[in-house]
Amino acid sequence: MSAGATGDRPVCRRGAAAGRLAGALPPEPPLPDVPRAAAAWTLRDRLGAYKVRWGIGRDDYAVDPGLYHVGAPGPDSEVLVTASYKLTFDVVRRALAGLDAWLLVLDTKGVNVWCAAGKGTFGTSELVRRVKAVSLDRRVAHRRLVLPQLGAVGVAAHEVKRATGFAVDYGPVRIGDLPAYLAAGRVATPAMRRVRFSLRDRIALVPGELVFAIKPLLVAFGVLFLLDVLGLGRFGPVDAYATVGAVLVGTVLVPILLPWIPGRAFAFKGALLGVLWALGVAALNGWPAAPTLAWPRALAYLLVLPALSAFAAMNFTGSTTFTSPSGVNREMRTAVPAMAVAAAAGALVLVAEMALGWFAGGAG
Amino acid sequence: MKERYLKDVVTLAYDEGKCIGCGRCAEVCPHAVFAVEDRVARVVDRDRCMECGACARNCPTDAISVDAGVGCAAAILLGLVTGKEPDCGGPDGCC
Repeated sequence: MSAGATGDRPVCRRGAAAGRLAGALPPEPPLPDVPRAAAAWTLRDRLGAYKVRWGIGRDDYAVDPGLYHVGAPGPDSEVLVTASYKLTFDVVRRALAGLDAWLLVLDTKGVNVWCAAGKGTFGTSELVRRVKAVSLDRRVAHRRLVLPQLGAVGVAAHEVKRATGFAVDYGPVRIGDLPAYLAAGRVATPAMRRVRFSLRDRIALVPGELVFAIKPLLVAFGVLFLLDVLGLGRFGPVDAYATVGAVLVGTVLVPILLPWIPGRAFAFKGALLGVLWALGVAALNGWPAAPTLAWPRALAYLLVLPALSAFAAMNFTGSTTFTSPSGVNREMRTAVPAMAVAAAAGALVLVAEMALGWFAGGAG
Repeated sequence: MKERYLKDVVTLAYDEGKCIGCGRCAEVCPHAVFAVEDRVARVVDRDRCMECGACARNCPTDAISVDAGVGCAAAILLGLVTGKEPDCGGPDGCC
């Protein structure tokens, strides 16, 4: 640690002024220019944000780590720490419109704060390294950093203080609350500290869930088609929409209706709606008055479709903000075997149906 | 709040005797599991814990422990299959 930690050293904002301000102190290398983080979004930023919500190019959506400036910050301006995921960076700079602040971007490999903190890339050692790399003690006169609250998963505030002299204040969970938090003198209300999971949040996650489901769905269609072509089963449009519907129940309906569906386990919620969907498919095909769907097929639906919905719904645990790994583990220990049994039983019914069909055909 | 997951399942453990009342746990918890009363932190709603681990990491006296990890079925399933620690973020991972 250099002598700069005393905090009373003249501080410069732009590298060009370094030599002049350094005065009688031993000359230090001039600080490089700090790139600007503009508050306004360009069309490209908007398009990029839209694309990554659908999972397109999300793994390569990053900004360079390092120090940025928003507005015209000085030695007393706050230092806000964030991740190198470009969407995060963009939302932060947009929220800071009209304010003057330093933005310290950690190298999280283009991953958002919470997930990067879970992995440790938004972590104590990267923060300490980055604070030193940008000579933050020469940029600002104070010794405090504002971190997003969810970054606390990866950062130990007391260790940062020990290693750099900078005290960590955890800001609000949501970037939108940042201006209010700063205006209140870095005080977060209890509401700012809570992770929410509103209807709007859940709807925003649906595209991602759908993208996840497309690949397995295509594989399922391929298998059904192959079985049909090989004469090992009869599969048609009803099977197709029944399957797609079951997946949509788990990936769209369960996320949206989450708090209102009875039960706590996600697989249970999915299975419940899956049963309703299977009954719905039967009803669409004339049940119970004039069924155009053979009963073995209807029975197979009742076994397979809820399993599909349950599996898709269970996957949504990865996108929520309140499921614990221990809880997911416990849920899966019951749910996965149950799904496997139901799906296998459904397949068995289909095989039996086919065998019966052969016998009937052979007899006729 | 409607967002409630399974009951009585989390690994959160807290030793009140080690608490110095700094309040970091209450500050970092995204689900208000902790509250500081009379300079001592208390667990006020354990079932809301999502095992993110922020409290344990920021406790200067190691009074809190929790098996932190990702509460994600896909990651846990993949971990079971590959025999590795559950981790999100494959090539097109959730996080």
